[in-house]
Amino acid sequence: MKPYADPYVAGVALGLVLLASFVLAGRGLGASGAFTRVTDMITTANPRQPADNWLLYEVAGVVLGGFASALLAGRVRREVERGPRLSRTSRLAFAFGGGAAMGMGAVLARGCTSGLALTGGALLSVGSWIFMLAAFASAYALAPLLRRAWR
Amino acid sequence: MIAAFAIGVAFGFALERAGLGSARKLIGQFYLTDFTVFKVMFTAIVTAMLGAFWLSRLGLVDLSSVYVPRTWLLPQLAGGLIFGVGFVIAGLCPGTSCVAAATGRGDGLAVVAGLFAGVLVPPFGRFAESTARGAWTLPELLRVPYGVVVLGVVLMALAGFAAAGRIERRA
Repeated sequence: MKPYADPYVAGVALGLVLLASFVLAGRGLGASGAFTRVTDMITTANPRQPADNWLLYEVAGVVLGGFASALLAGRVRREVERGPRLSRTSRLAFAFGGGAAMGMGAVLARGCTSGLALTGGALLSVGSWIFMLAAFASAYALAPLLRRAWR
Repeated sequence: MIAAFAIGVAFGFALERAGLGSARKLIGQFYLTDFTVFKVMFTAIVTAMLGAFWLSRLGLVDLSSVYVPRTWLLPQLAGGLIFGVGFVIAGLCPGTSCVAAATGRGDGLAVVAGLFAGVLVPPFGRFAESTARGAWTLPELLRVPYGVVVLGVVLMALAGFAAAGRIERRA
């Protein structure tokens, strides 16, 4: 298993990907929107956004790109990553519950760490910066109470 | 469509290279032991922000043709608070959970499943549509030139990187 890249080098690379997306696609990156799109396609009764499959292809790419990078670095591993004191089942329940909360928050905010924080952060969107500050504020506020789950 | 897929591949590749497909690494941000999340995010924001600013200033790209995420003040404040709670419980965000799941992590797959459940919950009626401000940017809010905000974000990020290094060395 090779060590991870320097965070600043990886950050510049990620920033260039985001910039390329601005130039080539006229929009930034995203993730949560793909989940909303899939559920909208299944429950077509009440679509929350106009039909737009761009994020579906993009997130399919994320899955492949993440896998390819991990494969090249010998980091593909079947594992449930968890704190030393948390059982496997509890960790999976936490992961599911946390994912559900993020899904609800992302629908209300119209985006997540990718579509709002990264993309709107770089484009200086007011709502994106509010979202980013709020998300990190509540995460930091809750972190001490979850110390036993992670440490 | 091919562009979307290619951009996604590069996005996923960069996230995994940085170690952000690992909840154990990512969570260090919230216990101040590993600032990878902050460093990667803000380096990326600064890089893309400066790139967009200069490409537009040099007339190579029309920045007004790039979609700026719309603002809904209170829904994004409330949504952000709810999202942050989920973030620290899950240890991954939507994009990084896809990378975690793709690289064999069962917790990543559980976060993905949770996200599908979460986005099915309808948002709170009229509140979700309140305080809509359209494509509103910080330079417009602060009534200063675009370049001044760009410089401000760069300086804030540099101060943040210096502080992150100091805290990490102490941890």
